[in-house]
Amino acid sequence: MDKGMKKRWISLYVENQVGVLSKISGLFSGKSYNLDSLTVGTTEDPTVSRMTIATVSDDETFEQIKKQLNRMIEVIKVIDFTDVFVRMKEILYIKVFNCSKEDKVELFQIAETFKAKVIDYGKDSLLLEFVQTATKNDAVVKLIKEEFHRIEVVRGGSVGIESISMMER
Amino acid sequence: MKQISGNKLLVKALKEEGVEYLFGYPGACTIDISDELYKQDDVKIILPRHEQALVHEADAYARTTGKVGVCLVTSGPGATNLVTGLATANYDSVPLVCFTGQVARHLIGNDAFQEVDIVGITRSITKYGVTVRRREDLGRIIKEAFYIARTGRPGPVLIDLPKDVMAELGSAEYPKNVNIRGYKPNTDVHIGQLKRALKLLHKAKRPLFLAGGGVVISRAYEVFREVVEKTNVPVVTTVMGKGAIPTDHPLFIGNLGMHGAYAANMAVSNCDVLFSIGTRFNDRITGKLHEFAPHAQIVHIDIDTASISRNIQVDIPIVADAKEAITKMNEYVQECSTGKWLSQIKAWKEEHPLKMRPNDVLSPMDILKEINEQFDNSIIVTDVGQHQMLVSQYAEVTEGKQMIMSGGLGTMGYGLPGGIGAKIGNPDRPVIVISGDGGVQMNIQELATAVLEELPVILCIFNNEYLGMVRQWQKLFYGKRYAMTNLRAGALSRRTEGMEYPQYTPDFIKLAESYRAKGIRVTKKEEIAVAFEEAKKNTKAPTVIEFIIDPEEMVYPMIKPGGTLEDMIMDC
Repeated sequence: MDKGMKKRWISLYVENQVGVLSKISGLFSGKSYNLDSLTVGTTEDPTVSRMTIATVSDDETFEQIKKQLNRMIEVIKVIDFTDVFVRMKEILYIKVFNCSKEDKVELFQIAETFKAKVIDYGKDSLLLEFVQTATKNDAVVKLIKEEFHRIEVVRGGSVGIESISMMER
Repeated sequence: MKQISGNKLLVKALKEEGVEYLFGYPGACTIDISDELYKQDDVKIILPRHEQALVHEADAYARTTGKVGVCLVTSGPGATNLVTGLATANYDSVPLVCFTGQVARHLIGNDAFQEVDIVGITRSITKYGVTVRRREDLGRIIKEAFYIARTGRPGPVLIDLPKDVMAELGSAEYPKNVNIRGYKPNTDVHIGQLKRALKLLHKAKRPLFLAGGGVVISRAYEVFREVVEKTNVPVVTTVMGKGAIPTDHPLFIGNLGMHGAYAANMAVSNCDVLFSIGTRFNDRITGKLHEFAPHAQIVHIDIDTASISRNIQVDIPIVADAKEAITKMNEYVQECSTGKWLSQIKAWKEEHPLKMRPNDVLSPMDILKEINEQFDNSIIVTDVGQHQMLVSQYAEVTEGKQMIMSGGLGTMGYGLPGGIGAKIGNPDRPVIVISGDGGVQMNIQELATAVLEELPVILCIFNNEYLGMVRQWQKLFYGKRYAMTNLRAGALSRRTEGMEYPQYTPDFIKLAESYRAKGIRVTKKEEIAVAFEEAKKNTKAPTVIEFIIDPEEMVYPMIKPGGTLEDMIMDC
């Protein structure tokens, strides 16, 4: 493993223009940087979008990523979330098929344990919604994948914002 | 308020930006712009014969004048032909503004005739690129493009112009000011960092300046020379930095890198402080990274934060424009005690000087010597390959001279159009293009442009019948298997299993003459001087001088790719 290889987070303010997303993602592919997840949406200012980017990289590469992002004309501000107190959550949907009655009971228990919601219900299927950290979502996906055979997973990628008071991640 | 079309506003913008020349090739999507340009005389139009050459011409114009080069091409193939030239300019930090035609907005995405997503295609090889989607944005976008191209680390900017946006009426105002919230180029120097760096330099026993292209681009020659002379610290340059200090200056050692001078590479390997300015430590100069300047603490000044500590770890980084930084340095520098170090360097220079071939065979060194002696104030433009490295070694870039080439991307076909662009920007200076027989054929059609523009460019073709640089690698590292490098190979050589080769084609002299240029073939050493004398007399048209060179001519010294600066191949 390279020095300091780990998952890191960046928050970006960018111009809300056509092609900006492509330029950012193109930087990652073009320079062989890992892009673990990327979310984007407009902010209170409709001309500005904000992205939350997760990348697995070593110290040197991460420095390069921040510099390369900073020099893009369309990037207004780069915030490194590494040493900042942030609130960060990811939305995760899991649809489970072929559920028996017992399966459903178990899924309700899982939902309760992980503070998830059962948001839809079919004859032999359930739809769960999780809003928690990406790491916890990883654990949930792993767990449900082991227990149930036919599932469908959709993840939103993390969105983050700096805390007001000091908070855990 | 008066309303004008986008086409008219574009022409107005060019005038307000002080654009003297526009390099343009027409097409369906830009015909209206061409028509507007036809109605005025302030912006002069150069019509090259191929869009790749067009962008190289604008590029060389920019490199040799310091102004922004301006291109106009049509949509689709016109735009895609820019790609190589944009990448060339991007690597060497050349300010360009390129306008590409685009199909009307309602056709974008329909696979319309001559439609391509050129902004998408060129995203990673431009400093900035944008499609103008609304007429009201046009003026602002053009203003920003010129600003982005020439400030900070300069680079090419592409503006894609849908035909209907350009036809639409709108404000006649061209903005005066620029305010881009995501782009604030650094204009000052961190004095604290700079003083730390100078402290290191002053304390050093074996200090060395490494000057890259940034010193040349920011035109910091004079103040850099002052700093060098005040400190008495020797200088090595990169290929792009050559001329940062006159090559006849006693403190200039040579170029470093793969084909650098022995003394220069030894100096880098043995210095204790490497004070580098405006270079990005490309692999061709560093060799094996971990063994680059192993004893040195490294100072790195660069305008681009992303160039710092990317390839090599730097001890003192300073983000600044080279000229600004050197000017500030000039206030604080003191003389360093470099006497012993300088005599060590002198010994290395004497141990392995750059050699002139002592025989009577026509060698590239003899030609370059003649060029050095015969032309003052000249601009030397090269193509890519062996001749380029020989020029980077042997060309004297003394005061008033300039050398340009595609250094970063290594674009074959740059030379001839480069010479044309340089001459257009500098009609009073001699422009000498040095090219190989391979590279020159990649844009040979530009002889027509040179003839019609009455440009007395001197085009030297070093004809060794091979793609020489690749051949050199094949000779040294591939058991002399000359795969794909023999320019006489073809059906006959295949049929005879390499026993017979047809005559070299084309006949460059006849080719030159058919373009109405002057053609001179040189096969002997003693013909060199005469050929240049003849060329000088030809003041209204280009002269092509073909030099017949032995394919066995090699570029030495050479560092094996991936090797260290200290294991140089000196000669075979």
